Amino acid sequence: MKKTHITFTLNGQPVEVLVEPRELLVHVLREQLGQTGSHIGCETSHCGACTVDLDGRSLKACTLLAVQADGSDLLTVEGLAPGGELHAVQEGFVQEHGLQCGYCTPGMLIRAYRLLQENPNPTEAEIREGMSGNLCRCTGYQNIIKAVQYAAKKLAEGEVEAA
Amino acid sequence: MIPGKFEYHAPETLADAVALLGQYGEDGKVLAGGHSLLPMMKLRFAEPAHLIDLNRIKDLRGVRDGGNKVLIGAMTVENDLIAADLLWAKCPLVPEAAKQIADPQVRNRGTIGGDVCHGDPGNDHPAIMIAVDATFVVVGPEGERKLPANGFYLGTYWTQLEESEVLTEIQIPAFNDNTGWAYHKLKRKTGDWATAASAVVLELDGDVCSRVNIALTNVGPTALKAEEAEAVLAGQVVDENLIEQAAQKAMAICDPAEDLRGDVEYKTHMAGEMTRRAIRQAVQRARG
Repeated sequence: MKKTHITFTLNGQPVEVLVEPRELLVHVLREQLGQTGSHIGCETSHCGACTVDLDGRSLKACTLLAVQADGSDLLTVEGLAPGGELHAVQEGFVQEHGLQCGYCTPGMLIRAYRLLQENPNPTEAEIREGMSGNLCRCTGYQNIIKAVQYAAKKLAEGEVEAA
Repeated sequence: MIPGKFEYHAPETLADAVALLGQYGEDGKVLAGGHSLLPMMKLRFAEPAHLIDLNRIKDLRGVRDGGNKVLIGAMTVENDLIAADLLWAKCPLVPEAAKQIADPQVRNRGTIGGDVCHGDPGNDHPAIMIAVDATFVVVGPEGERKLPANGFYLGTYWTQLEESEVLTEIQIPAFNDNTGWAYHKLKRKTGDWATAASAVVLELDGDVCSRVNIALTNVGPTALKAEEAEAVLAGQVVDENLIEQAAQKAMAICDPAEDLRGDVEYKTHMAGEMTRRAIRQAVQRARG
C-alpha cells in the first residue's frame, strides 16, 4: 500500500514521517518517533492511556489515523517538561501520590494539562467529569483528583503545600 | 490492532467527497469522527477499500442560526454542540444529551453526523433527532434530499442514506417558550451506551399537552418512536396516571437485545422508568 509523507509539530519540533494510511497515530509516535509516553491500553478508545493533545484538544491517539494528524500541532506527555523541570500537573502527581503502577499516568497528565487550560479553577465534580475519559486500573482515582487540584493551585498561585 | 489496508482520501470540499463516493461506489466509505468506524475496521467488521475522510471539509462544521431553525453541520463534534450558546438557547435538548455521550476525549472527535448515520441503536442522537423533529439534509450525485429523522432509521446499521450520499446538515425547529424537554439515560458508567434511554419533547397549551414526541434509545433494532405513548398524552392534562399509561405503552414496543447491560425484561423496565422521568421533567420545564 502506498505510503504518505506527513508533517506535524511534535512538542514544538517539526517532524516528517512516512506512514501507511492504516497506521494509527499512537503507533507512529511510539514506533517511528520513539516517543513512548503515549501508552497503548485498550486500543478501543475507552481507557485514555494514549491521550494526546492535538491542536489544543485532548484526543485518543489509538482512534486516529496518523495521516489525519498531517499539519497539526501535537503535544504529548514528553512535551510537558521541555527544560527538565516538571510541569505543575506532573509535580501534583508526585506530591499527591497520583500513581500506583503508572501505566495510565501519561494519559492522565496530558489530559489534566488540557483540562486545566480549559478550566483553570475546576470543582472536584468538574475534575471527575473532565478526567472521565481516563481509566486507572489500580483504581487510584482519589489521589489523581488531588493531584489535579494541586496542579490547579500551583498554576494559579505558583506555590502550594501538599495535602 | 490496526485496520486492514485501504486507500485514504481527504477531500477539502463536499463536491470532491461526493465525487469520490460516486467513483468508488460500495468500495468507498465515509469517515467522520471515526470512533465507531475505526474500531469496526480494527476488528475487520468493516473493510472499505477506500476511506473518504470528511474532517478537512470546513463547511460541514459548526452551528448556525436559521431563524426559526437551528442548522448543525454534520461534522460538528459533540463538544462543539455542548459549547454552542445558540443550541442552549434554541434547542437545549441537543447539547444536554451530548453531555451524556462518551467522554471528553471522544466528544472532541465524535460528530453528530456520524452518530446519526451509523445506525447503531446504541447511539443517542437518533432518538434525540426524532424527538426534536429534525430534518437531515443529504447530498449525493443526484443532488440534495431532505429526510425527516422520523422514518430515517430502517434497521440496525440501515438508514435511508444511500451509499453514494453524505449527510451535510441537520435542521432543527427552534423550541418555543412552552416547550419542555428531557433525555434520561441509564448507563453503567461514563462513556457507556445506554442500558435504556428516553427522549421527550412536548408543548403545553395552558395545562394541556398540545404536542409530544417520545423516542427511545437502545431498546430495539433502531431508535424507536413511541407513538402510542405519545397518543396517551396528546390533548390531555398530563398527570401521574397518564404518565404511567404512557410508560406502559413505551415498554410495549421495546425489543432490546440481551447483553451485559441486562436482560430483556430489565432493559424494558428501565425504558419505562426513563420515560416516566423524562415526561415529568419535560412537563416541569414546559411550565417554566
